[in-house]
Amino acid sequence: MYRIGFDIGSTTIKAVVLDENNHICYRSYERHKAQVRQKALDKIKELRKYTKEPFTFAISGSGAIGVCEQSGLPFVQEVFASAMATKELYPETDVAIELGGEDAKILFFKGSIEQRMNSQCAGGTGAFIDQMAQLLDMSLEEMNEASQHYHRIYPIASRCGVFAKSDIQPLINQGVDKADLCVSIFQAVVGQTVTSLAQGHKIEGNVLFLGGPLYFLSGLRQRFQETLHLRDDQVNCPDTAIHYVALGTAYCSEKVYTRNELEDILEKLVNTPMQLDESEPLFETEEDYEAFVARHRSHDVKYAKLSDYTGKAYLGIDSGSTTTKLALITEDGRLLFDSYSSNKGNPLDVVLEDLKSIYDQNPGIRIFGAYATGYGEELMRHAFHLDGGVVETLAHYTAAKRFNPQVDYILDIGGQDIKCFKIRQGHIDDIVLNEACSSGCGSFIETFANSLGYDSVEFAKLGLRSKHPVDLGTRCTVFMNSGVKQAQKNGATVEDISAGLCRSVVRNALYKVIRTTNKNDIGKHIVVQGGTFQNDAVLRSFEQELGYQVIRPSIAHLMGAYGAALYAKKLHRTPSAILNKEQLDAFTHKSQSVACQGCTNHCSLTINTFSDGTRLIAGNKCDKPVKLKKQVEPLPDMYKYKMKLLEEEQKRFKHTKKIGMPFVLNNYDLLPFWGRFFDCLGYEVVWSKPSTIQTYVRGQQTIPSDTACYPAKVVHGHIQQLMDDGIKEIFYPCMTYNIDENQSDNHYNCPIVAYYPQVIESNMDLLSIHFISPFLSFDDEKTFARAVKMHFERAGIEWKTKDIRIAMRAGINAYNDFMERLHVYHDQCVQYARIHHHPIAVLCGRPYHLDPLINHQINQLLTSLGFVVVSEESVPKQKPHRVNVLNQWTYHARLYQAAHYVCKHDDMHLIQLVSFGCGLDAVTTDEVKQILKRSDKFYTQIKIDEIDNLGAVRIRLRSLKGAIEEKEEGLKREGKYVY
Amino acid sequence: MYTKFSPEMKDTHLILVPSMLPIHFKFIVPVFEMSGYKLEVLQTDNDNIRQEGLAHVHNDMCYPALLTIGQFMDALKSGKYDLHHVVLAMTQTAGGCRASNYLSLMRKALEQENWEFIPCLSANLSGLEKDSGIDFTLPLLLRIVYGALYGDALMWLKNQVKPYEIHAGQTDQVVDEIAQEIVGMFSTGQYRKSKKIYKDMIERMKAIPRTKEKKIRVGIVGEIYMKYSPLGNQHLEDYLIQEGFEPVLSGVMDFALYTIENGLIDYRYYHMHAKTKPVYQMAKDVIMRMQKTFRDAIKKDGTFTEPDDFAEVIRNGKPFIDPGVKMGEGWLLTSEVVSLVKSGVDNVIMCQPFGCLPNHIVAKGMTKKIKEEFPQVNIAPIDYDPSASKVNQENRIRLMMANARLNAQNKEA
Repeated sequence: MYRIGFDIGSTTIKAVVLDENNHICYRSYERHKAQVRQKALDKIKELRKYTKEPFTFAISGSGAIGVCEQSGLPFVQEVFASAMATKELYPETDVAIELGGEDAKILFFKGSIEQRMNSQCAGGTGAFIDQMAQLLDMSLEEMNEASQHYHRIYPIASRCGVFAKSDIQPLINQGVDKADLCVSIFQAVVGQTVTSLAQGHKIEGNVLFLGGPLYFLSGLRQRFQETLHLRDDQVNCPDTAIHYVALGTAYCSEKVYTRNELEDILEKLVNTPMQLDESEPLFETEEDYEAFVARHRSHDVKYAKLSDYTGKAYLGIDSGSTTTKLALITEDGRLLFDSYSSNKGNPLDVVLEDLKSIYDQNPGIRIFGAYATGYGEELMRHAFHLDGGVVETLAHYTAAKRFNPQVDYILDIGGQDIKCFKIRQGHIDDIVLNEACSSGCGSFIETFANSLGYDSVEFAKLGLRSKHPVDLGTRCTVFMNSGVKQAQKNGATVEDISAGLCRSVVRNALYKVIRTTNKNDIGKHIVVQGGTFQNDAVLRSFEQELGYQVIRPSIAHLMGAYGAALYAKKLHRTPSAILNKEQLDAFTHKSQSVACQGCTNHCSLTINTFSDGTRLIAGNKCDKPVKLKKQVEPLPDMYKYKMKLLEEEQKRFKHTKKIGMPFVLNNYDLLPFWGRFFDCLGYEVVWSKPSTIQTYVRGQQTIPSDTACYPAKVVHGHIQQLMDDGIKEIFYPCMTYNIDENQSDNHYNCPIVAYYPQVIESNMDLLSIHFISPFLSFDDEKTFARAVKMHFERAGIEWKTKDIRIAMRAGINAYNDFMERLHVYHDQCVQYARIHHHPIAVLCGRPYHLDPLINHQINQLLTSLGFVVVSEESVPKQKPHRVNVLNQWTYHARLYQAAHYVCKHDDMHLIQLVSFGCGLDAVTTDEVKQILKRSDKFYTQIKIDEIDNLGAVRIRLRSLKGAIEEKEEGLKREGKYVY
Repeated sequence: MYTKFSPEMKDTHLILVPSMLPIHFKFIVPVFEMSGYKLEVLQTDNDNIRQEGLAHVHNDMCYPALLTIGQFMDALKSGKYDLHHVVLAMTQTAGGCRASNYLSLMRKALEQENWEFIPCLSANLSGLEKDSGIDFTLPLLLRIVYGALYGDALMWLKNQVKPYEIHAGQTDQVVDEIAQEIVGMFSTGQYRKSKKIYKDMIERMKAIPRTKEKKIRVGIVGEIYMKYSPLGNQHLEDYLIQEGFEPVLSGVMDFALYTIENGLIDYRYYHMHAKTKPVYQMAKDVIMRMQKTFRDAIKKDGTFTEPDDFAEVIRNGKPFIDPGVKMGEGWLLTSEVVSLVKSGVDNVIMCQPFGCLPNHIVAKGMTKKIKEEFPQVNIAPIDYDPSASKVNQENRIRLMMANARLNAQNKEA
């Protein structure tokens, strides 16, 4: 009997027909453009010529569940289908890796079959490559080809596509070679698959590659092969790789149908009206829409003709993450020239063309000031000899003021970021940038439109006509993808999906980024801008969601550039140094990537060399590579100081007998204790080396939960390093309770800090060593000593209880001494700052945020911006304050203390580092913010993860600095400033 | 400053309780009524709950917090209640898990709406919020314990009968009837005759006509709210039954025993609770004896499978996880999975809120070790959060089911 299998995925429909002899007599792979049901029916009709009746039939895939539920057609789970096909066709396979449009799966066949699908947050592999291809303006084939000629691979976060994208963007802006980018993107996909899916299971033996991306991209297969150390004869990518699930489904199909039966069922399905959640359409009538358009047209900017303009002109360039914006204005703010173009991989070329075009249209133009803003600000300034740069936030505010001098809220949704700032009494009061997780909002609509086969403008227009926008949730874009799947499952139309997406972007901004709960909190005079708001459906959704009207300037997409131009006008009064026409004609630029040798970090630097010989170094985390000539005295930095002290502590005690301990999590706090403790017992602690990206990679394969925080995931690498170094006894205790500092109702550690040794024990291969991990608490000396004694005895190390107790006391003294030194240095820092008039940043987090891999050296960024940096644990002891949350974690209590302390000092500013995935910080961040707000202080939160990109953080901290300066000036004017 | 719950409010205020355990909560209202409290368990299940949750709770907070607080806010805004005469009740565990913060988050949510005057009440046995809790008198406690035990028993039996019932809906109906009768017994004092009650319960469940077919058993473990609450887990028990499986859920009293056991472990490990230790030990013994009555009744009858002895559950976990892991569901979750596998339930769904911290350790963190020991086990971790669409979760559950069916076939062959 013939067998038919369908696989309806998120974007494509695949069909396979098997004849009586199990030969594939038909197969196809097509996009379904969200028309799942119709497409399935068409396919069955098309298959008339290829099948003999009766046949068996089944469907698989995420887009098929709804179809099957409503029609009673047999459903086969897709991973299961792949497994069946493999058993049938390639029984020698040990592991199959399948990448789809949005999902990644690994199947392990050795022993009992084990199947892993990507968890909800790691989705988007195929779609991610598509998105990247678009970003680079390359086709997939070109990417594949380019990736073969790379020179170096850049580290790109391998968690979810959105993260990786924020890593790649700056590389593009820095002008990194495309071949290197392509290969780095592929490597990121590999890393992502290996970490999030393998989860402690080694990928070895014979590997089968399945799914579109792996089939079409040999470069991607290459990366897998190299990363997993597979020989050529171990890998196989069959020519059925893209139809594989459909093939497996055909094998699994059991239920017998005739053609007419099946067509009837599907016909009925196509004609069944859909059950949809009732939701408000964007516009009830055509008139509503017209009124809406007319109202927004009133915020148009005025234009002047470039070719016959003779006055002074001012230029602003906004070099954004995906697009470059340029505005040339007259003295009274009219637009002479504007452009908005996609970076297409190289923003410099885009600007070069624009400038040439300006000179062409008006060779005599007199530019009196040219400023840049945005991610690529530095690059633009150096390349074209602009007069200066301005922080993005300030540029936007300057522009928004033109349209409404009373503006008190600006919301900017750009290609991949959401920015909003609140303005109070003329200065930027609160800045919220989207956390890396919810970014990608604007470009998401575009990518999605394209994946459904529409261009973004057309797609947005469709949304305006929607009668029932679908609800797609408000989390990260990966979740929206699955929301769309759900909608497709329910048979939603493209119009509804478009409107739903727009609404989600808006809700995402409101509830996820701004985290508004009360609409009145936002402001009364709202200006919205950024490319995404050019989309009427987004704008309308926003007004609907808020319930009142907002201003969208006609140049919503140009506001950064326009603001920069206005800024230039305000500050610059002499002719601009910008390259003239001849210089532009001679302009060339070359970029080269090197590893910095300045310190052990070995940051990857990009050196841009321009035709006039000037160079720009980008990618550096510190000022070392750029500022070799000019020696400036570094500002006091508690993070640096503490790290230095810890390194000294590590070397303090010498013994022949050694115990290994990982330099991770709470050990950043307890290191002085353990060093002295073991010293008393005649042992030297060998600490694992400070984290590097290699440390992380080393342990990557044994991480069981990919959504745990980064500081936890790094632990695996540290343990591995100690084992590789031949340490036979590794000590890493579980500590439910922390040191009681009497600042909180209880003194817990968070579950991760407390119990991570248990995860290590269950997921790493520790057979060759003694892993000593007792449950300890400092509260009770007796049980502490007993547990230590017992567990070390098991490892063959015998101590007397009495000695352990003495050692414990000595350890606690050492710990207290250490903390005291931090307090002393804290006072020195504060004193220094006040003498030299520097603002003080209280950089708060957890002790383990000291790890340079985890904090991405934000402390150095702060000192380079002129802040003196202190940390939360160095803050002088405060009298316990009441907080409005349950205060029972030692480290958190330190945060609340620090917040109260900061409130008492005008020159101190709190910046909180939050590790992505830290559940407890969902509680602390709100509370810390509230404490600060009560005293009218700025609250800055920085989410950190694997992302190694300080671009956004830099903007944020620069804006903070700008805001602080403005505020201080205000206070000084009023005579209220104390220092 | 928030409003406290004072004893006088007993007479004037209605206490609202979020939904969680559908069968057990049938007893809550009458039990508390007998001690003079007026209670209402919220029965709502709509999308607005999630929306209200999102609007009032930090979105990275765990899903159960979002749902319970969302359910409260949805109810308060429904117009059904006199806001000046309601009290919101929340349970509090006081552990190192962030879940112990629910009450303060609830208060923050109320503040947002300027409803600080609505008192929140903490139901905990750890001494938190001493001035704003329920006065747990001995008779009240006793009724609660019995109510929980009967709830556990009914849930346990229901899951063994409902998948096989011939007349759709009959099981739920019988469970309802039995629950009603037990409610009556709470006022007469009859409720303590557990031996008789269990016997009768089993007889009546047994009498429901059932098919003889063999169905695959699927265990549900997880974060306590996600495990039991249909609002949280999208009616997981019903979904499994509808797909032809028999769900297996251990009782909520096991969780109570777990918290008591933790007190004893704290003593052993850190010499904490030296004074209350005997009380913990006694409570543990009493509850375990009460559970044994039900197991004995099942054994004597012989129709149904009996639940695991908790002493056995404790033992089962030890080779896998240290009993010192006590935040969230802690060692209990791991122990439950092992116990399920040991009693022949190879398919397990682990329900967890997205980003749940303890679950990184006790659920996902222990899977590898469990699989090494029991290669046949088929574990599906399912993450729940307000935006994760049902399709994604269903897809994972379907994979688990397909594997379960295949394994069952192979076993037979």
